[in-house]
Order: sequence, then structure tokens, then C-alpha cells
Amino acid sequence: MSMLELRRVSKVYGEGAAEVDAISSIDLAVERGSLVAIMGPSGSGKSTLLTIAGSLETPTSGDVMINGANVVSMSRNEKARLRRRTIGYVFQDFNLLAGLSAVENVSLPLELDGIPMKKARAQGMAVLDELGLAERAEQFPDELSGGERQRVAIARAVVGERSLLLADEPSGALDSVNGEAVMRMILSACHRGVAALVVTHDAKLASWADRVVFLRDGKAVDETLPPQRPEELLDPNAANPSES
Amino acid sequence: MSIRHSLLALLSEGPKYGFQLRQEFEASTGDVWPLNVGQVYTTLDRLERDGFAESDDLDEDERQKNFRITERGAEELSRWLRTPPDLTQPPRDELVIKVLVAARLPGVDVYEVIQVHQRYLVQLMQQWTRLKEDEAHFDLALALAVDAELFRLDAVVRWLDVADGRLRRAAHESTTDGTAVLPRLRRRTGAHR
Repeated sequence: MSMLELRRVSKVYGEGAAEVDAISSIDLAVERGSLVAIMGPSGSGKSTLLTIAGSLETPTSGDVMINGANVVSMSRNEKARLRRRTIGYVFQDFNLLAGLSAVENVSLPLELDGIPMKKARAQGMAVLDELGLAERAEQFPDELSGGERQRVAIARAVVGERSLLLADEPSGALDSVNGEAVMRMILSACHRGVAALVVTHDAKLASWADRVVFLRDGKAVDETLPPQRPEELLDPNAANPSES
Repeated sequence: MSIRHSLLALLSEGPKYGFQLRQEFEASTGDVWPLNVGQVYTTLDRLERDGFAESDDLDEDERQKNFRITERGAEELSRWLRTPPDLTQPPRDELVIKVLVAARLPGVDVYEVIQVHQRYLVQLMQQWTRLKEDEAHFDLALALAVDAELFRLDAVVRWLDVADGRLRRAAHESTTDGTAVLPRLRRRTGAHR
């Protein structure tokens, strides 16, 4: 069973003549432990797809299965619980709460879910430590660099038992080295069994994924083939498809 | 890439044997550019001929020649490092030509052609990125060489993105305002309206 599965999902905004198909008839599955990237230009429907996958928006038609349960037929409360316990979000602009320290930001979703403060804090500290931020745990967002803020946002997205990580342009305005660090963190969450879906227009980020799906005008038009072994790149005798 | 100057650079660290030069060349480029030993010896012969390197005559008990850089060779290396490669003329890029041809040909879906290349390039980028994934065996030379390749491929992917957008806009404009910006393009994209 896939961690996330979209079945013929469509989203239409507006009505009548003003009707716009944001995404149409998308089929997509993300397995546990795998990283899937959605690549496409602005306006291709990437963010809509992600908000629907994360149950923040309801599709006009189609089903969204998370861990085997159909989100479309869930009540508001059930969806909220799913978002607190199972799904972690990373946004382009980090969305950290300015009045809370790094560790408070990370442990907040656990506390909201009823976990005692001390225990939630300990779990938050453990994730921050893993991401090399233990010493910055007590700092507030405006005291952190852009790269540190994004690491805190990732820590918040993977803390606890979260098994689905959804990221919208997760490297935001970070430079290449920090952007790469963000993708390494997402990948290491996948190695622990998390399923991750990243939307981006940046091929350098998308190339960290196991599979890249190309989105164009709301439709999935293509996807990468299963990866070859890296050694084949270094073999001068390997076939060059551009010559065929 | 200049094997000649890369070998001079390695010799500037001290005298070396041909086989050793080959190993060090491959290591310093993160094993991204394999080199055969024949290339190494041909290049060393030319460096000697041009007075950039010299070697001792082989004694009877020695099996390999030891090469070292000359003063002229050191000057040549310094000059080469600071000479920008010629980027003034755009290369005759096969991919650009393919897209231009696809945009003009009736019955060819240029967007599909663009997507075929985009997928291939991203797959190539995935393979290069995988080489960087293994942090336990981090190799600075490899990381730099892989970054250079990723940036080069990324630039092509971005160009394809821009080309796709530009062609769609041109097709849209020529169908809505009646002016034929790209007349043949308009005919060809009729199926997309």
C-alpha cells in the first residue's frame, strides 16, 4: 500500500466561462521511503497538487488516499488529526512562528496533539540535534540564518511519527549549497521510511528524487525512468541516447 | 579539457612517473575523466618536444621514466591558468538546432520534442546527483566536477523551459490577434487550440 495515492484527481476553480482546470485527472503514488519530485513551470498546478495531497484543499473529483484511508470522505476533525500526526509540511517561506524559539516551533505540533510538553520538547530537541541545530534550539526565528530557519522547518515537518513529508520549493531563496543540504535532509527522512513529495521548478533539486513527474498545464505529461547505476555515467563506452 | 596542462600541473608538484601521473590525474578530477595510459605517454612526449618537461634517460635497472617540469613549462602552466577559454562564439549546439527544426516542421509536436530532451537531461542529473549522495565517501574533486556538470545540464533544462514558454506564447499570440509572428508555427500548432 502506498503512503500517498492520488487517483484521477482534478481541481477546477471558478464557474462557467471563468472555469479553470488547475489540475486534471492526476494519478500519482508515493511509496514509503521514496522521494518523488513534481517539476513544472509556474502555473502548472504544482502547488494545488501539493495542497490537495496534504488535505488542505478538497479535489473537485478523484480520491486522495493517505496510508490507505480516503481523505476526501473524512470529517474536518479527522483531517485535522491526520495533518497533525501523519503529514509534515515544508513551505518556501518556512512559516515559522516568530514568537516561539526553534525547539518550541518544532515541538508545537506534538503538543497540539496532546503530547505532554516535556516529552514533546525532548522529541523536538532530538530532531534538531540530528539536523545539527542543537545549539540553536533556544534562538528565535529572526536570530537564525535562512539555512537554519529552513532546517527548523524541516525538523518540524518530520518530528514525531510523521510518515508523509510534503514540500513546496523547500530550498526557497537559499543558495545552492544550502538547497542541497535541505534535499539531503529530506532524503535522510526517506531513508528512515518517510514518503516525500517535493514540488519544484528547479531541476537541481528535483534530481535528488527517485522519480520526477513533469507537470504541464495541470496534467502529468511525463516522468523519469527508473534510475541507472551512477557508474554508467563514467563509462565512456556507454550508449549515448542523444546520438540515437 | 587540456590533458597537457593538467599533466604540467601535476608535474609542478614534483617529478613523477607516467603511470603515477595517470592515477593522480584521474583522482584529481574525481574519476570523472578516465584517461588511458597511451594518452599520458603521447602527451608527455609532446611536452618534452616543446621543452615544457624533461626526463632522465633510463638506467638499465629502471623500468619507468621520471618526468619533471621545466622553467618554460611552469611559465606555460601559469599562462594557461589565467587565459580564459574562448566563449565568445556560441557553440553549434545540437539541441538548439533540434528544437529550432522541430518548431518549423509541420506535423511535429515541438513541445513533445522539448519534453523528451528535458526528461533525458533530468535523468542524467539524477545520476550525477547520486554520485554526491554518499557523504561517507565525500571527495572534494568529485563534488566540484559533479557540480559543474549539474549546473551545465541545469542551464539546458532551463533553456528548454524558456523555449517551451516562448513557443506557447508565440503560438497563442498569433492565433488570437491574427498577426502571424511565426506563420509556420501557427499552422503547426493548430492541433493544440
